[in-house]
Amino acid sequence: MNEMIRLENVNKMFGDLHVLKNVNLTVAEGEKLVIIGPSGSGKSTTVRCMNFLEEPTTGKVFIAGQEMTHKNKRQLVRDNMSMVFQQFNLYPHMTVLKNLTLAPMKLHHKSKEEAEALAYHYLDVVGLRDKAHVYPATLSGGQQQRIAIARALCCQSRIILFDEPTSALDPETIQEVLDVMIKLASENITMVVVTHEMGFARKVADRIVFMADGQIIEEGTPEHFFEDAQNPRVQQFLGKILKH
Amino acid sequence: MDELFSPEAWQKLWTYRATFLTGFGNTLRTAAAALLLALVLGFLFGLMAASGKPLLRALARVYVECIQNTPVVLQMCFLYYVLAFSSVKTDIIATGIVSLGVYTGAYMAEVVRAGIGSIPKGQFEAAQSQGFGYFSTMWRIILPQSIKIILPPMVNQMVNLIKNTSCLYIVGGADLISLTYSFVTGASTGGAYAPAYILCGVLFFCICYPLSHLATRWETVLKRRESQQHLKEAA
Repeated sequence: MNEMIRLENVNKMFGDLHVLKNVNLTVAEGEKLVIIGPSGSGKSTTVRCMNFLEEPTTGKVFIAGQEMTHKNKRQLVRDNMSMVFQQFNLYPHMTVLKNLTLAPMKLHHKSKEEAEALAYHYLDVVGLRDKAHVYPATLSGGQQQRIAIARALCCQSRIILFDEPTSALDPETIQEVLDVMIKLASENITMVVVTHEMGFARKVADRIVFMADGQIIEEGTPEHFFEDAQNPRVQQFLGKILKH
Repeated sequence: MDELFSPEAWQKLWTYRATFLTGFGNTLRTAAAALLLALVLGFLFGLMAASGKPLLRALARVYVECIQNTPVVLQMCFLYYVLAFSSVKTDIIATGIVSLGVYTGAYMAEVVRAGIGSIPKGQFEAAQSQGFGYFSTMWRIILPQSIKIILPPMVNQMVNLIKNTSCLYIVGGADLISLTYSFVTGASTGGAYAPAYILCGVLFFCICYPLSHLATRWETVLKRRESQQHLKEAA
């Protein structure tokens, strides 16, 4: 399988705070990678380094074999990746349809008709076609996140990064978002998902990476991870999170 | 109180009405051109101040601090007399436009900077994660959202700008206040203080008041658009 994302000895400092410590990670094309770990472990920073929302202090990031730099980051991001955020980050001054068609029209040079056709297609995928003409503020959190996923899909990126997509949601709307993500997982999109949803991880992940203190300390298939991970940090974490 | 109701004084005003209209016209022309300059400078320096680049931020800071911490009258004198005595040909209208434009621009820059600063970081990140560059992020995503925050203080600055044309009196301007002053102190026209200043005030009010209210209305509409349900759904 082709490699899509590779982090090479990535370190990230926020002032004196050493957030990522020599992270090495490769994600294959079409792979569903789930990153879990306690808060403050560097999971979010890791995915944010993948699209240079955070530029690594040292180390390299490769996307589809090309090294990402300050200069080419915009192009590489535009051509390859989208992101779904914890806080949705829909553009509040635009209708749902405008949110979905903005990047395809302005960055991917699609005509209005093409972009709208694409938008309606992905609105169907997330089950919100009837919301095309409303403003984001009128939607529930779960609906906003499904729109955010549709927005990411409209760019037809090969990679979608999810940074705790359900952490800001009410419990009763989490599942509708997870269902959409499970549906996506059957396609050949490379997905990197930071989440606390263990059920989702078990069901969808090809591989799970466990991070603590800025390092990857365990990785493997869901079976390996949930059944016979030996690392005490992992067991401690799973013990806490699976209890409730 | 006699003079306030003296028919002669009001009659004099009517005879010389063209003076006031000329002054009013000059004030509006100066203000309009200065506003244009102020908006350009305001957005330019506001964007510089909001950018992450230390050099650009420092430049914007210097401009804003120098202009905001010296009186506009001094800036006008500086511009007018310094140029006049450096044998550069000066024009009173141009002096007004440049000095008021530069002065108001500093306040506009602060308004723009604050407006951009009020937009959540997530909006910048969403744009960046789609591959938008700095200028298209600003133009399509950040500025449209900050308009409703920028607008009310910006219109206040516009109103101030119109009123500040009166400072041009110090360099012998041709604006409404300067001409009103010439009128009431003039050898042939003098005396009608109350009617002249009342008319002058009415003219200022007539232009400033609608402006403030227009902005308030616009702000309400923009705010409502985002928070209210729009039932334009495809049926």
